[in-house]
Amino acid sequence: MDASQIIFGLTALLIIFSALRVVTTRNMVHAALWLIVTLFGVTVLYALLQANFLAVVQVVVYVGAIAILFIFAIMLTRREIRDSGPQLNRGWLLAAFISLAVFGSLLALLYNAPVAGRLAGSLTGEDTLMALGQALVSPDAYVLPFEVASVLLLAALIGAVYVALNKKQESDQ
Amino acid sequence: MIPLSWYLVLSALLFSIGLFGVLARRNAVAILLGIELMLNAVNINLASFWRYGNTAQMGGQVFAIIVFAVAAAEVAVGLALIISVYRRRKTVLAEEIDLMKW
Repeated sequence: MDASQIIFGLTALLIIFSALRVVTTRNMVHAALWLIVTLFGVTVLYALLQANFLAVVQVVVYVGAIAILFIFAIMLTRREIRDSGPQLNRGWLLAAFISLAVFGSLLALLYNAPVAGRLAGSLTGEDTLMALGQALVSPDAYVLPFEVASVLLLAALIGAVYVALNKKQESDQ
Repeated sequence: MIPLSWYLVLSALLFSIGLFGVLARRNAVAILLGIELMLNAVNINLASFWRYGNTAQMGGQVFAIIVFAVAAAEVAVGLALIISVYRRRKTVLAEEIDLMKW
């Protein structure tokens, strides 16, 4: 049991606990705040995996942008301060059963699959960062998926602005 | 050293929790929160397979970055739709948005 395993165990406990709070808490603002805790836990995992760029992007994009978007959306769509009524729908027992079945079958797959990967020594941060940057813009590697992702993001954001726009002639307030 | 299987079990558990959130929550914003949990589980898998495989091949990290971009796009469009529906129907509960359901 070395230090990295202890850090992994604590982080895993934090991730699982906060993820359970995200799906079970009644107050939606609290759910969004617990999601931020989960995202920070995943950041620690990226740091343990020495995926430095992913760790930074996780904080900047997920915690900095997506979580804030969620909090804004929750505040814009609440009628009352305290959420009333049940937060889970009628079929939640079936949903729990399906989730457990998916988890069980994933574990069975893992148990039977040859996943004995080996840790390839220690990495230096500059090397992986440089390799990642070159892979993203190299025509031999991933420049086409990168560009497609950029166009997708642009189109989605323009679409989001159009959909959420409050059209004056249609508003009844 | 942490075995690869620990990461895979953790991400399977996180994926299942997110799936439960998607299937069981009534609030449409909470369903999107569950989808975020599932996408994070996928990203943990991609990063750990990159680390425990051939680290000179950057495919795992590149795929994780594309998942980030898709997640941002999905959240932007999803929340815009929810806000637009809320403006017209005054509800964010998934079962009350039933105009196209029979």
